[in-house]
Amino acid sequence: MNWRAIRAIVYKDLLVVTRSRNTMLTFILLPVIFLVILPGGVVLLASNPDAVSEFTTQSSDMEMFFTNMPDSIKGEIEAYTTDNQRAIAIVALYFFAPLFLILPLLLSSMIAADSLAGEKDRKTLEALIYTPTTDAEIYTAKLLSAWIPALVVTLVGFVVYGVVVNATAWPVMGRIFFPNLTWIVLVVWLAPAAAGLGLSASVLVSSRVSTAQEAYQIGGLTVLPVVMLVIGQLAGVVYLSVGFILIIGLVIWLVDLVLLWFGARIFRRGELLARL
Amino acid sequence: MTNAVITTHGLTRKFGEKIAVDGLTLEVQAGEVFGFLGHNGAGKTTTVRLLNGVLAAQSGTAEVLGLSPAKDGPALRRRTGVLTETPSVDERLTARDNLRIYADIYGVPREQIRQHVDDILAMFELSDRANDKVGGYSKGMKQRLALARALIHKPDLLFLDEPTSGLDPVAAKQVRDLIGHLSRDEGHTVFICTHNLTEAQRICDRVGVMEQGKLLAIGTPSELARQLGGRAGLEIEIAPDQVEQARGILHGLALDSTVEHDLLNIPGVDRESTPKVLSTLATAGISIYRAAPAEPSLEDIYFAIHNRGLS
Repeated sequence: MNWRAIRAIVYKDLLVVTRSRNTMLTFILLPVIFLVILPGGVVLLASNPDAVSEFTTQSSDMEMFFTNMPDSIKGEIEAYTTDNQRAIAIVALYFFAPLFLILPLLLSSMIAADSLAGEKDRKTLEALIYTPTTDAEIYTAKLLSAWIPALVVTLVGFVVYGVVVNATAWPVMGRIFFPNLTWIVLVVWLAPAAAGLGLSASVLVSSRVSTAQEAYQIGGLTVLPVVMLVIGQLAGVVYLSVGFILIIGLVIWLVDLVLLWFGARIFRRGELLARL
Repeated sequence: MTNAVITTHGLTRKFGEKIAVDGLTLEVQAGEVFGFLGHNGAGKTTTVRLLNGVLAAQSGTAEVLGLSPAKDGPALRRRTGVLTETPSVDERLTARDNLRIYADIYGVPREQIRQHVDDILAMFELSDRANDKVGGYSKGMKQRLALARALIHKPDLLFLDEPTSGLDPVAAKQVRDLIGHLSRDEGHTVFICTHNLTEAQRICDRVGVMEQGKLLAIGTPSELARQLGGRAGLEIEIAPDQVEQARGILHGLALDSTVEHDLLNIPGVDRESTPKVLSTLATAGISIYRAAPAEPSLEDIYFAIHNRGLS
C-alpha cells in the first residue's frame, strides 16, 4: 500500500469538504441541532417539576418505557432521588443515545458520497484515476476520508453533548452525571461501526451512480435502522443497555465488513471511468 | 534500431458489442510528438486509457516505456502524465493546492515539492493567481493548470487528450507553444489525441488516423500523402497578364496547372524538377515573383483517408 498517496488523497478530500459551504453548514448544523438545542431544551423542560409530573402521570409512552425496562437500567434510574432527576437521566442517558448515532451515520455517508460521486459531478475523478495508485489505494483513501471526519465530529459532539446536558441539568442534578458506561460504549464501539455503515453503503452506491445527488438519496436510507431504534426504545421493545450496544455493534461491524469486502471487489477504476 | 516508447500489437477493447479499439498496432518513438487523429468516438480516448493501464484490453499486447499497462499499471502511470479532455482540476482548491497534492500522490520527493510547484507555476504563467481558488479561473488557465499537473512529476511520456478543445485562439496558441516547448526543449515524448487537424499539422511529427476503432493510416503528413497517391506540387506567383502564356509553356512540358487567386498551382512537380520548370518559365520571359512547394494539407489527407475508410 502506498500510504503517502492515500494520505494525500484523504487530505485533498478533506480540504475539498471543508471548502464547501453547504457541506460545512451541515457539519455544523446537524450537531448543533441534535447535540445542543434539542437535548438542552428537553433537559431544561425535564428540570421543571410541573412538566415532569404531568408527563409521567399522563404519558402512556413513559409507562411502557418503564414497564419493560431491564433491571440494570431500572436500577440506574431509580438511584436518582427525585422525579426531575429521573426524567433528566432517562432523556439524557437513554432517549438521546440512538439519536446520537444519526451523526456518524449521516456525516460519513454524506462525505463518502461527496468524495466519490461528487468527484464524478465535478469531473475531477478522471485525474485521480490516472495517478500511480492501485484500485485498493483509492478505495482505502475514499473510506478514510469519510470515516475520519465523521468520527472526529462524533467525538467532539459527544464532548459538547456532555457539557450541554451536565450544564443544563446542574441545578437539578447538582453533579456531573454524564457520561455513563452506556454512552462510553456507544461512542467507542457503536458510533465507529455506524460511521462505517454509512460510508461503506455510500461508497458502494457512489461507485455505481453518476451523481452525488443519487448517492445522497440512497445513502440516506442507512438512517432508517436508527429511526427504528428510536421508535423501538420509545415503544419499550429495545433498550440501549451496554449488552445490547455490544451485540448490535458487533452486528453492524460484521455488516460493515461484508459491505466493505463487496465494495472492494467491485471498485475498479475501469468501471468508474465507464460511468463518468 | 528503433527507440519505441509505445508498441502495440492487435490491441482490442470492446464495450458490449461495440468495438472501441480494433486490433491497434502502432509504434511511437522516444522524443516525437505523435498525433492521434479521429472523429469523436473513434477510439482515441479508449486507447489512452488502455496505454495507461486504467482499462484492460481484451486481446492484443501493449508495451509502454518498457512496461505492460495491464500488469504494471501503477509503475507505468508514475512515468506518464495525462491531460484529460476536461481539465479535471479541483475548483474548490487553489492552483498551488492542486499541484502540491498531486505532487504528493505522484511521489515527488517531499523536500522538492515546494520549489517544484513554484517552478511549474512560473513556467505556466500561473504564479500571480497561484493562491486563488481555481473556480475563478478562465478556461485557458484551467487547461494550463491541468497541463502543469500532468507534468508535476516530470513524466517521460505525456498523453494529451484534446489539449486545446474549447479554448479561444489565444489560449489555444499558448497551449500549443507549451507543447512545442515540452517536446523541443524538454525532450518529452508527446501523444496527442485531437480532431483539430490544423493543430496536428503544426505540432506533430507523425500522425495516426483512427476511424471506428481502427488505425487507418500512420506516418508523417508527407508519407500519408504519398500513401494516398496525393502528389506534391509547386505554387508560383507571376504577373497576372502572363498567366495564360505560362500555362501554355507548362502544357508543353506535359504539366497541368490551375489558377487560384492569381497563383499558378502546378501539381506533380517534385523537389528535383522544380529548378527546370522555373528556369523554363524564366527563359520564356515570365516574371516569377514567388515560388513555393505545395503539399496536400493534413486536412486533405485526413478526409481522403476518412472517405477511403467509409468506402
